[in-house]
Amino acid sequence: MGLEAAFTDEPAFVPYLAAGDPNYEDSLAYVEALAEGGADAIELGLPFSEPIAEGTTIQNAIVRALESGMTVERYFDFVSELDVNVPLVCMTYYNLIYQYGSSEGPRDFVARSAEVGIDGFVVPDLPAEEAGPLREACDEFGLDLVFIVAPTTTPERLERMREHVSGYVYVQARLGVTGARDDVDDATEESLTRIADWDVPKAVGFGIKTGEHAERIVSAGADGVIVGSALVDIVAEGYEDGDPTDEIAARLEALARELKQGALRGAQERPQPERT
Amino acid sequence: MSTDDAHDPKFGEYGGQYVPEALMPAIEELADAYERYVLHNEDGFMDEFRSRLADFGGRPTPLQYADQLSERYDTDIYLKREDLLHGGAHKLNNALGQVLLAKYMGKERIIAETGAGQHGTATAMAAAHLDMPCEIYMGETDIARQRPNVFRMKINGSEVVPVTVGRGTLKEAISETMREWATTVENTHYVIGSVVGPHPFPKMVRDFHAVISEEAREQILEQTGELPSDVVACAGGGSNTMGAFAEFIADADVALHAVEAGGSALTVDEEEGVAPNSATLSTGDEGVLHGARTKLLQDSDGQIMESHSVSAGLDYAGVGPELAHLVDEGRVTPVNVDDDLALEAFHRLSQDEGIIPALETAHAFGYVEKYHDDLGDSVVVNVSGRGDKDLETVIEETTKRDLDIAPDMSILQQMGGSGL
Repeated sequence: MGLEAAFTDEPAFVPYLAAGDPNYEDSLAYVEALAEGGADAIELGLPFSEPIAEGTTIQNAIVRALESGMTVERYFDFVSELDVNVPLVCMTYYNLIYQYGSSEGPRDFVARSAEVGIDGFVVPDLPAEEAGPLREACDEFGLDLVFIVAPTTTPERLERMREHVSGYVYVQARLGVTGARDDVDDATEESLTRIADWDVPKAVGFGIKTGEHAERIVSAGADGVIVGSALVDIVAEGYEDGDPTDEIAARLEALARELKQGALRGAQERPQPERT
Repeated sequence: MSTDDAHDPKFGEYGGQYVPEALMPAIEELADAYERYVLHNEDGFMDEFRSRLADFGGRPTPLQYADQLSERYDTDIYLKREDLLHGGAHKLNNALGQVLLAKYMGKERIIAETGAGQHGTATAMAAAHLDMPCEIYMGETDIARQRPNVFRMKINGSEVVPVTVGRGTLKEAISETMREWATTVENTHYVIGSVVGPHPFPKMVRDFHAVISEEAREQILEQTGELPSDVVACAGGGSNTMGAFAEFIADADVALHAVEAGGSALTVDEEEGVAPNSATLSTGDEGVLHGARTKLLQDSDGQIMESHSVSAGLDYAGVGPELAHLVDEGRVTPVNVDDDLALEAFHRLSQDEGIIPALETAHAFGYVEKYHDDLGDSVVVNVSGRGDKDLETVIEETTKRDLDIAPDMSILQQMGGSGL
């Protein structure tokens, strides 16, 4: 299994960008900059026209990517062309997975993903109840399927997710949709406690935007941090201001470094668990 | 009131609960409330709902024999007059039901999406009536083209929140309301406007509207002693359609026709991601949108298309999962009527029967106008709403087309402007 490896030894920094934002070429450079800055795995968004779990920042990124011509096939090309040495997670919505290929169901999409080097999936609109066929296809091709645990997730639903999850579990730090915030919610700690005995790594996302946030999240017990909107903001601002691609890439790399360093500090502050 | 299993989130392959994890507890709570209050009348919920529908809404609505149309088409045409419900459309059945349910559930706040503004208006009225704070999410394109409904919502005390992402129409408004709900699920109920979305919405919205066919079935039996040969209703998301069909589904001899918007053409433009129609049942294929597996207008990747219809209320790229299932089963026949025929039927009903229908409703009459020879001898048509909201569009679109049946509007040009 590919994804779990990203969390061994030290806390993982897992950034998100929408593939093709604001265009194919620049986006390649941005994703590579994140790897350069210390990403341990990358969530690479495949843009869907109705992203119901995303806040304004990522919605706009998806609009930019779609308008610049991103399609499912181009996404697979993008992944093939990407020059990074970390595991890749495809984050998208179920309809794109379901529609792909000639046969019914998610198998064709998973097969093609495995071929181009994707290691797992996060599908925000696919609850555990509907995930059977995708889980099966992932098992067939040796890919991971990540689930999102929300502050409102009931104990019964946690059990259902636990059966299906692999790679890591995505702990949603607070209610709502994606987007960078200034505070880190108390709900985070509570969520981490609820799943403390799961044997997959726990990565916290939603609202993290500084090294200090990352530090606090990791010191609270997370095995990793997921950061999307704060990075997408850099792409969006650079795009609007017409900044050169390499400058934007340098800013992304710098924030990536800050976040990774924050996560590492956080790990030193907490009592080290016994690793076997 | 319904015969299917309340716990089953599926209609055959369709339906389900494809929503972000943060919303799952809310829809599970809602499914539980639906079963207790709606299906089992706990705390007398359904009694209060029916009583408020009568006193506040004006139910029952009449089933009226249409003298002129019956003669013209040489078959008996009966009009189920949902246009006479408070607010001027069937929408109040569902809005009142859900706002009341939110109260029984102890929620403190209502949110809703709206496209043309009819559902938003009905929700705003129901929220004012039941003293609940209410926010309506509406695409900015729709705000611009449906100003009278924006006024009505605001006058009833609701907030109207503009949705600026994407094309700014119904599809974006639904997505945005789902996002807002994900942030506020603990004290807020989302009043969805049609038989779409995750379980239990499609079943619950159908049950609130089923009063349409429940009344119509009794009324026609009383008036003719027999069931109708056909029931005809327009279909966008499908709420008036399911309401008009629900109690006839078990009557195997009653033919059910769902009339979709054929728009300007049934083809799609893959390059632009646009379908110049909203004929989801006739031309769409299976996929997942807004929490349910159903039939969709989508490109070959699975990206959702921008739909089109002269009628804003039919302009949606998805359709209720139960309707999709009933079509696959062969129980409901999907048909479509293009913009031109809908406009012609709009004028026909206005001139022959003295009823100005909503443009959505006009599609149902367009079907009867063109295909009455294929219909049986007793046809119930659901007049889902009245057309006051559409007059400006109708005059503009009619002038463009030079329709024979259209009244001479040159007096307006002499006066300058549209005169409205």
